[in-house]
Amino acid sequence: MEVYLDNSATTKCYDSVRDIVGKVMCEDYGNPSSMHRKGVVAEKYVKEARSVLAKSLKVQDKEIFFTSGGTESDNLAIRGVARANKRAGKHLITTSIEHPAVLNTMQYMEEQGYRVTFLPVDQYGRVRLDALRDALCEDTVLVSIMYVNNEVGAVQPIQEAARVIKNYNKNILFHVDAVQGYGKYRIFPKREGIDMLSLSGHKIHGPKGIGALYIDERVKIKPIVFGGEQQHNIRSGTENVPGIAGLGMAAKEIYTGLEEKVAVMRKLKGKFVEGIKRIPYTAIHGLYDDTSAPHIISVGFMGVRSEVLLHALEDQGIYVSSGSACASNHPQISGVLKGIGTRREFLDATLRFSMSEFTTEEEIDYTLKTLYNLVPMLRRYSRR
Amino acid sequence: MTYQAFLIKYGEIGIKGKNRYLFEDALVRQIKYALKDVEGSFHVRKSQGRIYIDWNGYYDYEDAISALKCVFGIVGICPVVQVEQKGFEELKKDVVAYMDAAYPDKNITFKVESRRQKKTYPKNSMEINRDLGEAILEAFPEIRVDVHHPDVLLNVEVRDEVYLYSEVIPGPGGMPVGTNGKAMLLLSGGIDSPVAGYMISKRGVGLEATYFHAPPYTSERAKQKVVDLAKLVAKYSGPITLNIVNFTDIQLYIYDECPHDELTIIMRRYMMRIAEHFAKESGCLGLITGESIGQVASQTMQSLMATNDVCTIPVYRPLIGFDKQEIVEISEKINTYETSIQPYEDCCTIFVAKHPVTKPNVNVIRRSEEKLTEKIDELVKTAIETTERIVIE
Repeated sequence: MEVYLDNSATTKCYDSVRDIVGKVMCEDYGNPSSMHRKGVVAEKYVKEARSVLAKSLKVQDKEIFFTSGGTESDNLAIRGVARANKRAGKHLITTSIEHPAVLNTMQYMEEQGYRVTFLPVDQYGRVRLDALRDALCEDTVLVSIMYVNNEVGAVQPIQEAARVIKNYNKNILFHVDAVQGYGKYRIFPKREGIDMLSLSGHKIHGPKGIGALYIDERVKIKPIVFGGEQQHNIRSGTENVPGIAGLGMAAKEIYTGLEEKVAVMRKLKGKFVEGIKRIPYTAIHGLYDDTSAPHIISVGFMGVRSEVLLHALEDQGIYVSSGSACASNHPQISGVLKGIGTRREFLDATLRFSMSEFTTEEEIDYTLKTLYNLVPMLRRYSRR
Repeated sequence: MTYQAFLIKYGEIGIKGKNRYLFEDALVRQIKYALKDVEGSFHVRKSQGRIYIDWNGYYDYEDAISALKCVFGIVGICPVVQVEQKGFEELKKDVVAYMDAAYPDKNITFKVESRRQKKTYPKNSMEINRDLGEAILEAFPEIRVDVHHPDVLLNVEVRDEVYLYSEVIPGPGGMPVGTNGKAMLLLSGGIDSPVAGYMISKRGVGLEATYFHAPPYTSERAKQKVVDLAKLVAKYSGPITLNIVNFTDIQLYIYDECPHDELTIIMRRYMMRIAEHFAKESGCLGLITGESIGQVASQTMQSLMATNDVCTIPVYRPLIGFDKQEIVEISEKINTYETSIQPYEDCCTIFVAKHPVTKPNVNVIRRSEEKLTEKIDELVKTAIETTERIVIE
């Protein structure tokens, strides 16, 4: 049996996405900037996808910009805004549990002479609003907070944070990295006080190498790559039309019947959590009630190295991540787990299970059964 | 400059008496093998005690040279310019043109060394040397002759055509692979074992390899790393059959039954036994390891003796007297270093005790192994039977 529980790393494409990507590549392969009919046809795909995304966020079409993915969206939001608002101030705020796409960009901004505050989180991995309140100052230009944390699934108090920020100074811009939240929640930036929002194609059953950034029309931003001035010169480069069409299709599909799909995931998550609790010496990191993300569960297994358990599960056809897939190329201990005060013995003994709408009850049962066999077996053999 | 051929210089194999043709044929075979993935259609031929490589149409010069630099037995690669026989006056012009193109900076010393294949040629080699040298001196006033230590030794070979060459690109030396049997390399993912394989192969020995995989304790990527390393070594050694042994059950059994400070030694003894089994099965004449005295606990003189105790065929340890840095330098030279240092655990690092024995006593180890009597033969048999074999080219 093959069970893919690594949907926070990436997801399987919808069939409809595959079809439209193939069609655009082989039939409607024109350049949207071309003046002939082929160009017009290609441009239609871009317009259509832009309108699907805009609709899902309840924003204007012209406020959607396509990028190469979540990482570029985050870079554009942070660096583009900083570049365009130099005179407004040189202070940026983010959290200590962001994805490296934000964290490392912020570190780069520090090298560029900006002051950056990294906000702490509570024991469940939620940003501390009192710390945010304290951090805001006259010099602050941008706050960036993720929607759902990718490692433990903590949902951030976005609306409350927006209120804190805007009450302090309505000119401070608020960016949200919603790569793990988009497609699981209905997110309406204009209602929630979000000025910019990053999303990614391959986390919502779309293609890799495509993403988008919503930028409120009032935001002053400058490009970070230069070229043929496509997309209002905010993001130059010939549009990745197959990717864009695929992203549009994925967004349309994932938001169709979203509530039902999320309800199923919640039920399965509940079942999984109950099952995990029956294994002694385990810890579920962060919250796992309905205030947490429906698809992510982070579990520590005391006395079992995560890499070993990961490969043992893999042998049984079950695919999971240790910590966060994006950060596990260099095996460093997760900053998020440390940030939420995880006990030392769980730090290198934690796996992340992440579901999608394709996850079934049978798969969860099989995974639990496999864990019941493997965990006691692996605990017998540890380094003495 | 446009070349029409490579002249291959070889060293030791030229002096192997009546066996010489065996070595030359092996070298030709290895050259053909090395060039098979290089763009271009190459011909490799033996002629008058030399090996020439020429080609039709387009070929990739850089790739061809780097492929040839991996062929053991080659001492030097000389790119040759071929000119037509149109009389001595024309030859002078060709030689002057060659020197002009090959050495833009004329502030050098040179010497002409010619050979006539056709003794009917109107001038003898002494005369050719002298007259061509004179022509070069006339053409370039700054250039000087030095017959003892010239910067440039211009070779002129008069055949149906005339071959000119002066550059010698160094080859790896050694003996052509296949002239000295083959041996079984114990290949881990580390820095040392690929270097050990390279060194033995350099003496003309073909390679097979055995890797011990311990899923789930070692990952698919650790295995891929070993396959990648074998591929890099195979550039020199030719195709390698890699045996991938699933070692987990044996390791766990040793862990359950034996004292933990002896785990590594006992584990290594079983690795040697299994590798030797495959070696004998495929006609290998010895085992190769990357051990170096004292590098780690399992490589002290006592440990080596305890490991060696189970082997009945010779164990070659070409790195035995090398310091780590010396090994690293070779691994950088043969391009395995970057792959070796990827951080995937191999089975040796996972079960290692905090304080392993450094001076094991063979008799004590043998006694510890008696605790394994009940199941070990069965486990070894299963490991051998379930071994995965891949041929790496």
